[in-house]
Amino acid sequence: MILRWWISDSRKLGVQAHGVLRAHKWWFLRRMTQIGLLGLFMLGPMAGIWIARGNFASSEVMGVPLSDPYILLQGVVGGAVPALSVVIGAGLILLAYLVVGGRAYCGWVCPVNIVTDAAFWLREKTGLTRDRKLDRRTRLVVLGATLLASALTGTIAWEFVNPVSLTQRAFISGIGFGWVIVLAVFLLDLFVSRRAWCSHLCPVGAFYGMIGRGSLVRVAAVRRDACTDCGACFNICPEPHVIVPALKGKASPAILSGDCQNCGGCIDACPVDVFRMSTRFAAPKTPEANS
Amino acid sequence: MASSKRKMNRRTAITETARMAGAVCLGGFSLAALIHSTGKADARAMRPPGAQPEADFLSACVRCGLCVQACPYDTLSLAEWGSEPAVGTPFFTPREVPCYMCRDVPCARACPTGALDSDIAIRDADMGVAVLVGHEDCLNYKGMNCSICVRVCPIRGDAITLEPGEYNGRRIMIPTVHSRHCTGCGTCEKHCVTGHASIRVLPRDLGLGGSGRNRAGRRA
Repeated sequence: MILRWWISDSRKLGVQAHGVLRAHKWWFLRRMTQIGLLGLFMLGPMAGIWIARGNFASSEVMGVPLSDPYILLQGVVGGAVPALSVVIGAGLILLAYLVVGGRAYCGWVCPVNIVTDAAFWLREKTGLTRDRKLDRRTRLVVLGATLLASALTGTIAWEFVNPVSLTQRAFISGIGFGWVIVLAVFLLDLFVSRRAWCSHLCPVGAFYGMIGRGSLVRVAAVRRDACTDCGACFNICPEPHVIVPALKGKASPAILSGDCQNCGGCIDACPVDVFRMSTRFAAPKTPEANS
Repeated sequence: MASSKRKMNRRTAITETARMAGAVCLGGFSLAALIHSTGKADARAMRPPGAQPEADFLSACVRCGLCVQACPYDTLSLAEWGSEPAVGTPFFTPREVPCYMCRDVPCARACPTGALDSDIAIRDADMGVAVLVGHEDCLNYKGMNCSICVRVCPIRGDAITLEPGEYNGRRIMIPTVHSRHCTGCGTCEKHCVTGHASIRVLPRDLGLGGSGRNRAGRRA
């Protein structure tokens, strides 16, 4: 009974149709990836096992340099002339997210996602559904503002407050008083607006969303004919607007919006298996071809 | 959906763009103001060897901590929220752990961004300069032969020497820093025996005088 209570409302139909495990498959894979990546970076400083050095801002993983392109972009706007290593690293990360989906960063890597998912879960459980609507383009304004502030101050502006960087550093080196910012994000998502931070305000997500517009791996509503209009996918999705054209439209069944995090929440939640992890070139399957 | 299907004529397009631009400016100026209010790097926190001047450093350093992890002496750490330098940037506090001046400068070699000059020779590093700030408490000024700062200096004989002098009618040996050779590693500050270090590493613009005439109050 306690286990049942823990299951979020938006997964209930999926759990009824497929059981607890399969209705949490993508959720579980994401959490393992997020925790695993943090763990990989913690192994060095904590246990002396140096597979990965650095942190999410820039790192050396088995000799390969990797760098956050958004942080580098702010630095360049702020007047830095970057060394080759960080440019190669940012290029590799850009390429990687062009394959796996830009905002796969948000769903699969970013540790703040765990915080905001927890806030969303608690929001469902406590029935805090009254909402102050935020415009989801606000994050583009914040993104522009961080670049403007970088140019004005000659610094990497967003890094002075970025809860994403603060959170990952909290595990790898230390956070100091920065946990108040992470707490603020949690409270914002819990009390003020549904998915306020990740889906409306965060400029890191906005940046990766721009990469995601052209990325290869996409969730696709390949069996949209089978849709029963139960609404489970819309309830679980952090960016519900991305589903509509793929599920209800006549064109490609792939979810092509850059806002999609490829989190697979809809795949988990759907009781009739409409969605699959696929590519942007996915074609709809007719019911007979699939059975 | 609403936004893309909203009817857009030229007037609303212009207004929308202006609104967005205004909001970007509001956010940008606010964030810039916040950053200015956080103040500049503190004189108590030293940057790793080979660091660019502070203004350039803050746009180049991505706060990745590769230098911190490369340091074999755990000298460096990344600033947390509320500590003196900009959050996430690497620094060290000489009184706690000084820079041991590794010949191969692993911290600077590890930097992927160029915020630390990876080609720096450690003798050319400029982390700051040691200054004998507390001569009222310095044991050498009291006529004793402490000289610990001179004896621990990794560039002994060049960066700091003992010069004979007279103070309060007493013959003393004065620890004297030669800024051309001092790298600001902070070993002297670390080992100074007084309760609060009498010799301290300061950024060069705070720690040194300069030749020429005082321009203050004079027209250019």
